[in-house]
Amino acid sequence: MRYETPATIEAAVGLIAAETGIARVLSGGTDLLVQLKAGMIEPDLVVDLKRIAATREITAEAGGFRIGSAVSAASLREHKALRAAWPGIIEGLKLIGSTQVQGRATLTGNLCNASPAADSVPCLVAAGASARIVGPSGKRDIPVQDVPAGPGRTNLAKGELVESIFIPAAAAHTGSCYLRFTPRTEMDIAVVSAGVSVTLDASGTCTAACIVLGAVAARVTIAEEAAKAIIGTKVDEAALAKMQAAASAAATPIDDKRGTKEFRIEVAGVLARRAVEKALERARGK
Amino acid sequence: MSKITVSATVNGDAADFVCDATETLLDVLRDRLGLTGAKEGCGTGDCGACSVILNDRLVCACLVLGAEAQGAKIETVEGLANGETLHPLQRKFIEHAALQCGVCTPGFLVAAKSLIDHNPDPTEEQVRYWLAGNLCRCTGYDKIVRAVLDAAAEMREANHAA
Repeated sequence: MRYETPATIEAAVGLIAAETGIARVLSGGTDLLVQLKAGMIEPDLVVDLKRIAATREITAEAGGFRIGSAVSAASLREHKALRAAWPGIIEGLKLIGSTQVQGRATLTGNLCNASPAADSVPCLVAAGASARIVGPSGKRDIPVQDVPAGPGRTNLAKGELVESIFIPAAAAHTGSCYLRFTPRTEMDIAVVSAGVSVTLDASGTCTAACIVLGAVAARVTIAEEAAKAIIGTKVDEAALAKMQAAASAAATPIDDKRGTKEFRIEVAGVLARRAVEKALERARGK
Repeated sequence: MSKITVSATVNGDAADFVCDATETLLDVLRDRLGLTGAKEGCGTGDCGACSVILNDRLVCACLVLGAEAQGAKIETVEGLANGETLHPLQRKFIEHAALQCGVCTPGFLVAAKSLIDHNPDPTEEQVRYWLAGNLCRCTGYDKIVRAVLDAAAEMREANHAA
C-alpha cells in the first residue's frame, strides 16, 4: 500500500485516476482504517486529502456553508453559525460514534461510506445540501442523496472524489431536527431515523418541508407525500397525523437483527412526527 | 515496501520515526517510540484504550495512520505527569480507586484531560457523554466519573489561586 499526500485536489484526482489497482481516499479514516484492519479491503494506494488546505476549511458562501471534505465533526459542532442555521445537521453529527471518532470523522466520509443508517445524511438532504465532485473531467455539483448508490457503494466514477459539501442558507423561519431510534442511548447505529426541515411564513403556514428517513431502505428515503401533507397547512393535528401516516408508508425497510420491518415502518412515522414538532418549535422561535 | 519518514512532536519533544504505510499511530507509539501507555483493546475505535490527543483533538490512535502524524502535535498519557509529580487526574484516579486492571486507564486519563482542556467545569452528564467512547470492564464508571469531576474542581481552584 502506498500512502500519498497531494497538495492540491487536482493532484489527488490525478493519483486516484492513474492508479490501476485499488485506490482509497483518506479523510477522517474512521471507516477506512476499520476496513483495513478487518481485511475488508487491501488498497494499493491511499490518498490523504488533509494536506490540501481547502479540505480542512469551512467557508461562507452565498449565505450558506461550504464544508471541506476533511473537516471533522468536532470542528463542525463548534461552528456557531452552522449550529444556529441547521441544528438538525449538528444533532446528526453528535450521534456519530464517540468523542474520539468525532475528532476525525467527516460529513463527506459519512456520506461516501454510503451506509443507509448514516446519521449526518438525512438532515443534509433535508437542508438541500449538494456535494462537489471533482474528477478527471472537471467539477460538478450533485444533490448529496445522489452520492450513495446503495449500502457501501457510491455513484462516483473512477478517479472522482468529493471535494466539499455545500449547505445552503436556511430561509427565515426554518427549523430542522434529526432523531433516531437506537436500543442504547449512545454509541449505536440507527434502527430508524428521521431528519426534517420545515419553513413557515409570517402567518405560521408551512411553505416548504422536507422529510427524510434513514435506515428504512438501501438509501435515505425522501418522503415526498409526508412533506406534501404539511405544506400549505398550519401544521395542525390533522396535518401531522397525515404526515406521520405518509412517512410510515414511504418506509420500505428490511428485517434484520436490529429491528423488524413492521417496527421500522411504525417508528419511521413516529420519529418523523416528533422531528417535525421539534423543527416547528425551532422555526417559530426565529 | 519503502518506509515513510515522519517528524512529529510527542509530549512536547521532537520525535522522528520511519513506518510502513499500513502502520497505525498506535503501532508507531508502542513499537517504534516505546510509548506503551496507549493500549490496543479493539483496534477498531470502539474501546478508547488507545486515546491520544492529536493536534488538540481527542482521537483513537488505532484509527490514525502513523504517516498522518507528519508535523502533528501528539499528547499521550506519558506526558501527563510532570516528572515525579502526578497530574491531578492521575492522583484523583488513585484516590477514588477509579481503576482495577488498568488497561483502560491511560485512555480514560487522556480523554479526561482533553475534556478539561475544552471545558474546565463539566457537569456529570457532560463527563459521561464525553467518556462514552472509553470502555472499562472492571470498575463500572461511577468512580471514574467522580475522579474526573474531583480533578476538574481541583484544577479550577488551582487556576483561580494562580
